[in-house]
Amino acid sequence: MTQPLLEVRGVSKAFGKVQANKDLSIHVNPGEIVALLGENGAGKSTLVKQIFGLINPDDGEIIVKGDSTPIKDPSDAISRGIGMVHQHFQLVPVMTVAENIILGNEPRKGLKLDIDGAREMVRRISDQYGLEVDPDAEIEDLPVGTQQRVEILKALSRSVDLLILDEPTAVLTPQETDELLDVMKSLAANGTSIVFITHKLREVLAVADRVYVLRDGELAGEVLARETDQAGLALLMVGREVVLRVDKGEPHVGEEVLKVEDLVVLDDRRLKAVNGMNVSVRTGEIVGVAGVEGNGQREFVEAIAGMRPVVSGRITLSQTDDITTAQPHHVHAAGVGHIPEDREKHGLVAGYSIADNLVLNRFDEPEFSARGIRNFAARDENAEVLVEKFDIRTASIGSSAASLSGGNKQKVVVARELSAEPKLLLAAQPTRGVDVGSIEFIHNQIVAARDAGAGVLLVSAELDEILSLADRIVVMHAGHVVAEMPAKDADRQLIGRLMAGGN
Amino acid sequence: MRYFNAHRKGLIALALVTIGFYAFYFISPIKATSMLESSWRFAIPLVLAAMVGVIGERSGVVNIGIEGQMLTAAFAGFFGAALTGSLLVGAVAGVIAGIVMGAFLAWTTVKWQLDQIIAGVVLNIVAAGVTSFYYKQGYTLPALMPKFEVPILSQIPLIGPVFFNRGVFALAALVLVFVIQYMLFSTRWGLRTRAIGEYPNAADTSGIDVIKMRLINVTLAGGLAGMAGAYLSMEAAGTFERGFTAGRGFLALAIMIFGAWYPNRVMAAALFFGFASATASQLQIDKVVDIPQQFINMLPFVMTLIVLSVAAGRVRPPAAAGTPFVKGSA
Repeated sequence: MTQPLLEVRGVSKAFGKVQANKDLSIHVNPGEIVALLGENGAGKSTLVKQIFGLINPDDGEIIVKGDSTPIKDPSDAISRGIGMVHQHFQLVPVMTVAENIILGNEPRKGLKLDIDGAREMVRRISDQYGLEVDPDAEIEDLPVGTQQRVEILKALSRSVDLLILDEPTAVLTPQETDELLDVMKSLAANGTSIVFITHKLREVLAVADRVYVLRDGELAGEVLARETDQAGLALLMVGREVVLRVDKGEPHVGEEVLKVEDLVVLDDRRLKAVNGMNVSVRTGEIVGVAGVEGNGQREFVEAIAGMRPVVSGRITLSQTDDITTAQPHHVHAAGVGHIPEDREKHGLVAGYSIADNLVLNRFDEPEFSARGIRNFAARDENAEVLVEKFDIRTASIGSSAASLSGGNKQKVVVARELSAEPKLLLAAQPTRGVDVGSIEFIHNQIVAARDAGAGVLLVSAELDEILSLADRIVVMHAGHVVAEMPAKDADRQLIGRLMAGGN
Repeated sequence: MRYFNAHRKGLIALALVTIGFYAFYFISPIKATSMLESSWRFAIPLVLAAMVGVIGERSGVVNIGIEGQMLTAAFAGFFGAALTGSLLVGAVAGVIAGIVMGAFLAWTTVKWQLDQIIAGVVLNIVAAGVTSFYYKQGYTLPALMPKFEVPILSQIPLIGPVFFNRGVFALAALVLVFVIQYMLFSTRWGLRTRAIGEYPNAADTSGIDVIKMRLINVTLAGGLAGMAGAYLSMEAAGTFERGFTAGRGFLALAIMIFGAWYPNRVMAAALFFGFASATASQLQIDKVVDIPQQFINMLPFVMTLIVLSVAAGRVRPPAAAGTPFVKGSA
């Protein structure tokens, strides 16, 4: 048997009272793709951060190519052939691609930075691995998929033997994901070992050779990818059977609750992101908006929610209520719930308690305040009820939102928005970066809201999510609807082509 | 490619200022020289002090203690020279005082993560207190800092006598603008400095020691504040009084913003402030207007308000300026 490239032996790591890793042991062979699978908070990121030297283990050993000297920091890890692509890209937004790639390992001519040499080097490795980038482009102008390519190139530019990818597909479109999976396969074929973190089962089965499943900081299982399937992996992850298909009955469709006519909205660069959008949502149905990210979905939802001004067109609620120019507060008061795409930025106040976050848009309503004085007893009672009902896993309702895992944060947002019993629910990427168990729960809650008579507008970059939840599907491309179909007639291939702008 | 444009903006601004003064020079050589002279005299300490801010913020540390750093340095320079009778000792003492104050800011904010604004305020209060307490009347400098005539360059009409016939600190200010500009944008130190000021986590994961680099940058930048202070007491005025720096450290911060954190644009901005102040004085000397001197002295600060309200929304500070770096927090 060959010597493993990386061997982790009995590693433990605690943050305060939380034991993030408990006696973990894994190994990675040369040229192998290993997946680390687990729910949010299972300790996957903690483990790889220790391998990359970002944090140091409390106990245990990390052995790279037979060398068990502790890895003290990232530069140590880099010099031993370990590269990492981080979940939150570690790129300086105002610098160019070339500058970012050479950062920390700069070629020089005398005192001067050799920026021409850097450009050359970027072109060379980008040709070598078939990852196309413009070395002079500024990071902040690039789409996320390309930014990730830059991250990968940055790691590869240090001649890595082991590449760690921390949730690489969380921010990618389906096409970008497929491209990335191809790149991973070709890297492995050329002898680079890969460790990647994910909680998307499909990806694990598509590229991994071997899978480690983590649960609550411990190793819950090790399986060969070819010997398992989605259901088997999900069972290992959560310790119980997960329903991967959403169970839902026939919709009971009623009156029109949202009508969007000829909507035009600008994006942050003041270009037309939504351009002539027409959509109608009726009570009791889920309308899924499918589309490649960046085709105006975000701006569309923000315009309805009152977060972004409308250039032209009309948004009407319940046939009579014109909310085209309404502020977010008024939109909420008119009966619209909004699960925003970016929960950290628009969904929660990280430093506030869970109880406060659960009344964030309602604290001034009579239920929670009287004559300008807040009613804390009502707030806390509301929080106790919702924490229970929405299975929010927290030490107390007084803990800050920042202390929750991604899935639980999202449950707080969902709980708040649904507890107001909205007529219309805007759900933008409701399960992004959320673990399997929470996804199932959130999906069921959305269906329950529908059955209670709400109209739901679901925007998601996950085609699977749209296909399993929606009753009616509209495909959005270049800022407007290019096709509409009942979900039961939907064909994956066709929608994929429509999303890409074909017909 | 944006920063190349930003580079060019600074050089274009400087070129325009120069051309403007030469045009003026053909009309009235004496007046043009004296105007440029007083503009630059006004600008010298501001340029040095603003670059303390530039280096600090480019590395991610907001420094509002420049005023205090300058004041301490002006004090140390003056009394160092007055007590020992040696200008060299005074000059060195001034620069070291600036560095010590820089180190204080660096260690409190970077190492111990004290709020950067509070640390800066502390620096200013400590400096004002210490320099007032130990201030003694009746001391004089052995001499003003000597002027050097830079061969050839000082023979150029107009800019020669103004820029190249100066004391050490003023010459250093001129040279350092271009040196620091070059260092920030064309060297490894510069790339890393900008990275730790924009996105320290990215630098950290690239194997750069963010904490160490911030400590060094902020500490050494203090030396520039030291030069600015020593320039004021030893090269320009030849005296020291309580509260001697008179808010120049804060003016420098405004100039740093107006110069968009680029050294060459900072110099153009400082010259612009200097020019406005010189114009006001000149108008009064020529009896064109009759304004009390106090209002003329106020002018730079009024301009600061105007400039900041216009410029503030348009320029973008380094993203991480003001935020302590905690390892592994990403």
